[in-house]
Amino acid sequence: MASILEDNLQIENEDTQKGRFLTFTLGKEDYGIEIKYVTEIIGIQPITQVPELPDYLKGIINLRGKIIPVMDVRLRFKKEPLDYTDRTCIIVIDINETSIGLIVDTVSEVASIDDEDIMPPPNSKTGFNNKYVKGIGKLGNEVKLLLDCGKILSEDETELLGSMVQV
Amino acid sequence: MSDYINTEPMQEIFVFETSQLIEQLEQIILYSEKKNGLESQINEIFRIMHTIKGSSAMMCFNNISLLAHSVEDVFFHLRENKPPQVDYMYLTDIMLKVIDFIGSEVVKIKNKEESYKDPSNIIHLLTNFLSDLKTSRTGEEINRSAHEAGEPDNNPGIHNYAYKAVITFEEDCEMESMRAFAVIHTLQQVAYGISHLPEEILDKDSCNKEIRAKGLTVRFCCRLPESEVRQFLEETMFLRELTIECEPVHADRESSEETEICLPGMEEDSTGKNSGEPAEADKLVNLSKQNFISVNIQKMNKLMDVVGELVISESMVTQNPELKGLELEGFKKAARHLKKITGELQDIVMSMRMVPLSTTFQKMNRIVRDMSKKLEKDIVFEITGEETEVDKNIIEHISDPLIHLIRNAIDHGIETREERILAGKGEIGKITLEAKNSGGDVWIILKDDGRGLDKEGIIRKAIENNILQRPASDMTDKEIYSIILLPGFSTKEEVTEFSGRGVGMDVVQKNIDKVGGTVQIDSNPGTGTTFSIKIPLTLAIMDGMTVRVGPATYTIPTVSIRESLKIRQNDVICDPDKNEMIMIRGQCYPILRLHRIFNVKAGTGKLEEGILILVESENESVCVFVDSLIGEQQVVVKALPQYIKQVQGISGCTLLGDGSISLIIDIASLINSKR
Repeated sequence: MASILEDNLQIENEDTQKGRFLTFTLGKEDYGIEIKYVTEIIGIQPITQVPELPDYLKGIINLRGKIIPVMDVRLRFKKEPLDYTDRTCIIVIDINETSIGLIVDTVSEVASIDDEDIMPPPNSKTGFNNKYVKGIGKLGNEVKLLLDCGKILSEDETELLGSMVQV
Repeated sequence: MSDYINTEPMQEIFVFETSQLIEQLEQIILYSEKKNGLESQINEIFRIMHTIKGSSAMMCFNNISLLAHSVEDVFFHLRENKPPQVDYMYLTDIMLKVIDFIGSEVVKIKNKEESYKDPSNIIHLLTNFLSDLKTSRTGEEINRSAHEAGEPDNNPGIHNYAYKAVITFEEDCEMESMRAFAVIHTLQQVAYGISHLPEEILDKDSCNKEIRAKGLTVRFCCRLPESEVRQFLEETMFLRELTIECEPVHADRESSEETEICLPGMEEDSTGKNSGEPAEADKLVNLSKQNFISVNIQKMNKLMDVVGELVISESMVTQNPELKGLELEGFKKAARHLKKITGELQDIVMSMRMVPLSTTFQKMNRIVRDMSKKLEKDIVFEITGEETEVDKNIIEHISDPLIHLIRNAIDHGIETREERILAGKGEIGKITLEAKNSGGDVWIILKDDGRGLDKEGIIRKAIENNILQRPASDMTDKEIYSIILLPGFSTKEEVTEFSGRGVGMDVVQKNIDKVGGTVQIDSNPGTGTTFSIKIPLTLAIMDGMTVRVGPATYTIPTVSIRESLKIRQNDVICDPDKNEMIMIRGQCYPILRLHRIFNVKAGTGKLEEGILILVESENESVCVFVDSLIGEQQVVVKALPQYIKQVQGISGCTLLGDGSISLIIDIASLINSKR
């Protein structure tokens, strides 16, 4: 009985989380990530550098005793780095038990985007960064680039390999 | 049955209990072997085997329960009939085989492997042994021994009747074996010394057929007169025919063949007998019967993490910069109290992870015994300080090195009997294993009184194998001895069963390194060798020197620091590749600039403004250049996030008092990365 209730609750939770995105900005673009991945949002913190990491991984931070890595999404998308300010935020996301902080310029809001308002990204390779973008959401007059969290985290290995071969 | 029920938690308990019992049994056997004979421990061994038999039968591990059953038979005979001449040496050997068998089976069960071995050859040994014991009554059926202990009758002397009952069931009743089993089960309430034909009542067709054809024959002893027994048995369901023969029992047990080996075994009985035995024996039993609860190690780790966080957040509160300059007497008092409690809490959590070394040490007993028998060397093995407690993680790492060292000591160290007599030493070799606390470390010292290490031989061999890094004349004795810990070194010409493949000693070094320990070797030709292993109490907390490099802080384990020194620029030697070196007391060390290796902005690029730390790992030393020393403190070691994976030169990280992170430097991999 209890488990049935729990299941119901979980379904409800998922329902409330479905179609909701946390939106943030990097420069001029607006991005969104599914809210179910987001654990919390914190202000910028002192970051401890760790050697041998790719440049977009800025280091590790102490989140209440838990040590998590942080990634500068700007650098991940090969944009110009920007100095961190009061407005800079770290979005802590949790994917497959891996916690990681994403450094973004500003966090905007939590927006609901219906499935029918989400377009697949353009197929051609002309658009920038589209390998991390899994959809384009329309919200009123604005357009949000919806990110594939899994890809942000995991594709770096193949990339690293590629760069090593070039060297 | 196990197909239908989820047996996982039960299996876990079974594995846990059985391995504990087996360990206890091994201790008892080895202990009583030293004290010449198992006699004083028969009851205890019987009890353990009985428990194992019961629980393994319940879990359907028939091979274990069959084996346990035949061991039980032997000890039952020993206990009840006290045969005067027993070859306890041989019995000990068999028992150790039994222990090994059950032990390995339990491991298989734990790992969920399916291939259950057949214990029949050990059972064969046991039955032969038992029948040898009973030579006076040859031809007797061994298997007819007592079926079960725990009957309510305390005094076998006053039983009145022995019965033989033949029970047949109605033809269409089905599941005869189950019914037969039920009959015997109910009989146990009023009778004892029950034996039956067919001997094995199993839920099998063959068994069913046999009972259907011949009926169930039960022999038992009972106080009740025949009429009452008949009445009792007639209550059996689906009963078709019942014949009961009564055979009065003589007071003299020998005369009654039927019941002679079917006497009841009582646990109460055994404890009663125990009380008269030496207190020492009781102590041994008590040692292994402490009050324990087993806790999932994950939970322990979590608890420790949380306590670690608590300690940090405590100092974040009490040393908060916003409090600076304020006079807060009440707050300070409360803060001190909090500090005291958190400190205590941390100590307790640490101590919870501590396990005495005794189980690891006891394992060595067995190795010494087996090896000394095989190599025909008489060896006394002494253990002291086995109650010393060490963190669980560390214990797991030192067991292998100890086994290697002991094997080496027996194989290479201790001489043969003849050699010992020639050298004017006692015939019996001696190995001592000692553990003691000193400061924050634990010393494990293994001493043998064998021939000692052959210095010349080691050097020769090292040159042959090309593993000598410096001229031998420059090396101290200790350095020469520690060559044997290098990979690919073995002085023994031929490879024996136990040691000599040249792997092993470097395993010792590797394993000890892993837990942050060190190995020292000392030896005197002709009088023996001493291995001193220093290991830290725990892996989770470590003494570290915190250093600053530009904006970053790093922690260097204090164990690897030899000294720190200020130098002048012109002390530094540069080679054409711009590798910097420094001469300290005639030794040349490379300088590693930490800011270059870790690619951080250094506070200073000038060597005279910073400080050099001479660090050593695996007999290799380098000087590490940092901006400044911050101080030495105990730090709680945390792993780097998995996402970051392995970083060369970094073994983990720790949180400093102000909440900032300091990376812990792994000196060994730092030196390796330099290459």
